Amino acid sequence: MSQTLSEKPITALAPEIAPGARPGLTRKEIVADHPTWCPGCGDFSVLALYFKLIEKRKLWHEKITTISGIGCSSRFPYFVQAHGAHFIHGRALPFASGVSLSRPDLHVFAFSGDGDAFSIGGNHFTHTARKNIKMTLVVMDNQVYGLTKKQTSPTSPLGFKSKTDIWGAVDYPINPAKQAIAVGATFVARTSASNPNHVLATMEAAMDHEGFSFVHCLSECVEFYEGAFDSANPRKGGVFNEVPKSHDVTDEMAAYKLASADFPGNFGVLYKINKPTKNAKEAEINASFQSKFTGLKDWQILQKTFDRMK
Amino acid sequence: MSDITTAGAVASGGAKKISRINEVVIRIAGNSQDGIQAIGGFLARLAGRSEQEVMTFMTIPSTISGGPSIFQVRIGSGEVLTAGDDADVLLCFYQHSYEGHINSLKKKGIVLYDADHVTPKPEWQSDYHHVGIPISSLTVEAIGGTAKDKGKNIYALGLIAKMFDLNVPKLEKLLGERFTGKDPSILNNALAAFHAGYANSPGNVVETFQITDSQKKGVHQVVMNGNEAIAYGLIAAGVRFGAAYPITPWTDIMEILRRELPKYGGSFIQCEDEIASVSMALGASFAGRVAVTGSSGPGIALKTEAIGWAVMAEMPLVVINVQRGGPSTGMPTNIEQSDLNIAINGGHGDSPRVVLAPANVEDCFYMAIEAVNIARRYSTPVFFLTDQGIATRIEAFPQPDLEKVCQDITPDFTPVATHKPYDLAAKDGVTQHVKPGTRILDGKYPIATGLEHDEYGHPSGSPKVHMLQNAKRRKKLQALGATLPLPKLYGPSEGHVLLVGWGSTEGPIREAVDRFRAAGDSVSAIHLRHVNPLPNGLENIFSGFHHILVVEMNDEGLYGYGQLGAVLRARYTDAKIQGVNKTDGLTWKVKEIVELVKAKARK
Repeated sequence: MSQTLSEKPITALAPEIAPGARPGLTRKEIVADHPTWCPGCGDFSVLALYFKLIEKRKLWHEKITTISGIGCSSRFPYFVQAHGAHFIHGRALPFASGVSLSRPDLHVFAFSGDGDAFSIGGNHFTHTARKNIKMTLVVMDNQVYGLTKKQTSPTSPLGFKSKTDIWGAVDYPINPAKQAIAVGATFVARTSASNPNHVLATMEAAMDHEGFSFVHCLSECVEFYEGAFDSANPRKGGVFNEVPKSHDVTDEMAAYKLASADFPGNFGVLYKINKPTKNAKEAEINASFQSKFTGLKDWQILQKTFDRMK
Repeated sequence: MSDITTAGAVASGGAKKISRINEVVIRIAGNSQDGIQAIGGFLARLAGRSEQEVMTFMTIPSTISGGPSIFQVRIGSGEVLTAGDDADVLLCFYQHSYEGHINSLKKKGIVLYDADHVTPKPEWQSDYHHVGIPISSLTVEAIGGTAKDKGKNIYALGLIAKMFDLNVPKLEKLLGERFTGKDPSILNNALAAFHAGYANSPGNVVETFQITDSQKKGVHQVVMNGNEAIAYGLIAAGVRFGAAYPITPWTDIMEILRRELPKYGGSFIQCEDEIASVSMALGASFAGRVAVTGSSGPGIALKTEAIGWAVMAEMPLVVINVQRGGPSTGMPTNIEQSDLNIAINGGHGDSPRVVLAPANVEDCFYMAIEAVNIARRYSTPVFFLTDQGIATRIEAFPQPDLEKVCQDITPDFTPVATHKPYDLAAKDGVTQHVKPGTRILDGKYPIATGLEHDEYGHPSGSPKVHMLQNAKRRKKLQALGATLPLPKLYGPSEGHVLLVGWGSTEGPIREAVDRFRAAGDSVSAIHLRHVNPLPNGLENIFSGFHHILVVEMNDEGLYGYGQLGAVLRARYTDAKIQGVNKTDGLTWKVKEIVELVKAKARK
């Protein structure tokens, strides 16, 4: 099985394509399976805006990886005509990290839900954020378990009646944006599927962030928690409060305060700072090690190690 | 076996006598911070450089700091299969080392003790040749300072070097390499301690031994333990990404890879938990080239769901499992072969996967490469089962031809016309994924998935599809099984008893066969390195024997067979197959195998 050795970096990148060499994709080329979501589900809107993002930013099929865990939201990759992976419950983030850390040439998007990201995958949310691994995570939060048909989720408000809390939820819910800021995410934004333009602008800003970007997107489950987000929807008599223009997105304490506002809270970018990514730090470690072995083939580097083991 | 004890004796009148011996087993007993592993390491490396065979065995306490610890090294000019049942020389630093290990010394063997800490027992004087040297105080005398006990291991190395007429310039060079880059006074102190020990020739060390020259002159050897061999094997195989969580005794491998991979432009990531690490490795495998994760004991249990995904999604992955005593936290620093069941069957649903088990340290290196290539070729997770014994055991083996062995597995991103990742028409069910970054010209892109799926990776609830895809996942491993070589028989192909082993136990099993045959008993052995799938045709080997005894370091189970024994029973439905098992957490002694086999084969 031995092949010729090259001196290429191991994180082999697919060939670069010059901008303009190919036309951008049309919506038709991006669409894959018809979504299996219930009619009226907020996730349709997020999917449509992901397609718009791909069109607008002229991303190509092969440069996108769409990764998910388990849940209604996590069916996402099947509906997108691009390389993708439908992984196991709660573990989309470490899987996506493996892609991101070994392939800097790809756009890595992870789509998740409130159960997947904050309950079973809570530990990974913390550590992917604190390590600042470059990718975009969009959590479509419907405040209920939809795929398993109405159980309490970690974001269900107190008193929400579900099949596992027929008398109303008793556990205090997670505030995703507060949690993200507290664990060190470098980009934290909130949006709602009911405001398409806002979703697109937020996803675009997230994609352009050099680091771990987290989008908390309210996305209504019309089957099991209808009307959950009416208070954030002006068409249903609510208010869509954007983050005040005066807010300094690099001010952690101010961001935390904004994130703490009563539901439905503030929408837009709450927090954004630039910190070196893990991707960049690992690349730096590699560059410093590799500079000591310039011109050597891999087997010669290993030979040097073996020479010391005689 | 060694000639030391039979060499007779102490020459009368204190005249020095030199006896030539073929091999020696030295057991060093002390506490875990005494640097006794360093003495053993120096002796093993010296043997490697002298083209001799060498094998070591060590125990370490699972306590955080301190506790009794031993290191046993066997050096020979002929083939060395085990670290030896009984020692020729016991070097002991404390009373507990002396009393706890005197039983591991051969009758008439030499007990070399630190007279500062050990009071010899009068009743043992006639059975063992006692040599007391105040090692602690003489070390302080030699190198001064207040550093309590520091350096006494090197002083003791000097004593051993003198006793066995070891090559002093080579040892000095090894000391120099070990203490390179540190404060020069450290090396000077080490050399001072070594020479003080070497120069010490009290009246009762009257005999010097010389190990005869090696039978394999001119072979350049490398000396390492099993964990090191695995790590470097993976690098040679072209693995450039891994992820894991620390757990004993797996951790060494991740430490080596974290340190070494950056030289090759790769990365090893320490994750928040076991699940994240297997997931991250799978993400990297999906993204480009086969990645590695690893663990021990409970960590493997945590990874099983994601490994099931790898089976379903047909994603290549190498999972190193350095087995330890279980279940649960079990015996973290002890040896057991009790993870075969979880390796073969540890997943919900029908999830066939490959299980390999290297037989010795050299095998760890080459089989790591084989594991990577099987994972790539068959697009499947591969379990690599070693154990605490082989992980820490040091052996010398011929230096691999790295230019030939090292491989480049950089993925190919050439655009393809069309791609079905789960093509049901593929020969033997064997398919590989194209990697993200590859353009697919018909515009239909694949999804790697844990849901049952059609040929493109899109969900399918069709009963027929589930049957066909299950068959695909099964058939590709059957196809692999058909390519696997039958294990070579150790001994004649017909006889009374066939011993069957797997993994790290090859050495003691072969030595047991040698003992049986020397005594006129008709015993042969085979050793399985490919455990799942099994190679075809084992039944033809089994048919030559009256008893098939499966020798394993695991429990005999509810029905009287160990874990491999149960697999072989299920596969061959042969009542001749019986188990020879133990779970004391220590490597097999040859005499233990001999006794248990005698008892079983009598029936």
